[in-house]
Amino acid sequence: MSVVRFTREVYEAIRAHGERTYPHECCGALLGTRSDQGWRITAAIEAGNARTDSAHNRYQISPLELMKIERSAREQGLAITGFYHSHPDHPAQWSETDFNEAHWLGCSYVITAVEKGSAALTNAFALTGTSEETKQFEVEHIEIAE
Amino acid sequence: MKIFIPTPLRQFADGKDAVEVAAVTVASALAELTSTHADLRKHLFTPEGKVRAFVNLYLNDEDVRYLPEKEATAVKESDTLSIIPSIAGGRG
Repeated sequence: MSVVRFTREVYEAIRAHGERTYPHECCGALLGTRSDQGWRITAAIEAGNARTDSAHNRYQISPLELMKIERSAREQGLAITGFYHSHPDHPAQWSETDFNEAHWLGCSYVITAVEKGSAALTNAFALTGTSEETKQFEVEHIEIAE
Repeated sequence: MKIFIPTPLRQFADGKDAVEVAAVTVASALAELTSTHADLRKHLFTPEGKVRAFVNLYLNDEDVRYLPEKEATAVKESDTLSIIPSIAGGRG
């Protein structure tokens, strides 16, 4: 099982984001660097949820916002390592929608279950494979650096 | 001009986060990119040669799909092209 490493600050921030946007889904990008041991996430960028029509069970980061996040990451010498979002009153498990809309191969997709407004379980999934046809989610172990 | 390569596609571009190409249009820039890095082609284009629906292209800060000439838009050496796979999902 691969490992994704967070700083405590970033880990708590993405969970708090989900609590603030409850009962809607929050979303954002994760920035960091890659080593032989996997992704090390050192920053989280909150993003707007463009799915205002269905924010309670859908999220989308606008491509323009995503482009600006990537530009900012480049300027900081970081890469977009993955994305996070929340599932209000729903398990921290990827859905069919999450899978169908996942295209960032090699990146981490982090999901936090927010139950009645409080962050519960946070899970991470690596999008593995080398193409749309072979992609799959694999559970990642979350390690938090204190 | 410079083409910025997103994280998931860098493995198909020799690990580079940006590639310089000489091109006159967005389409020719992508053609040169995929000529040099052939593995990128299937990630950017359908078998019919159209840009994949989840691949967003930004010429500087403009979404190429909304430009009047789309991929036929002329480009300058100082322009940048950003490839941005879409990100969406949800519990439903």
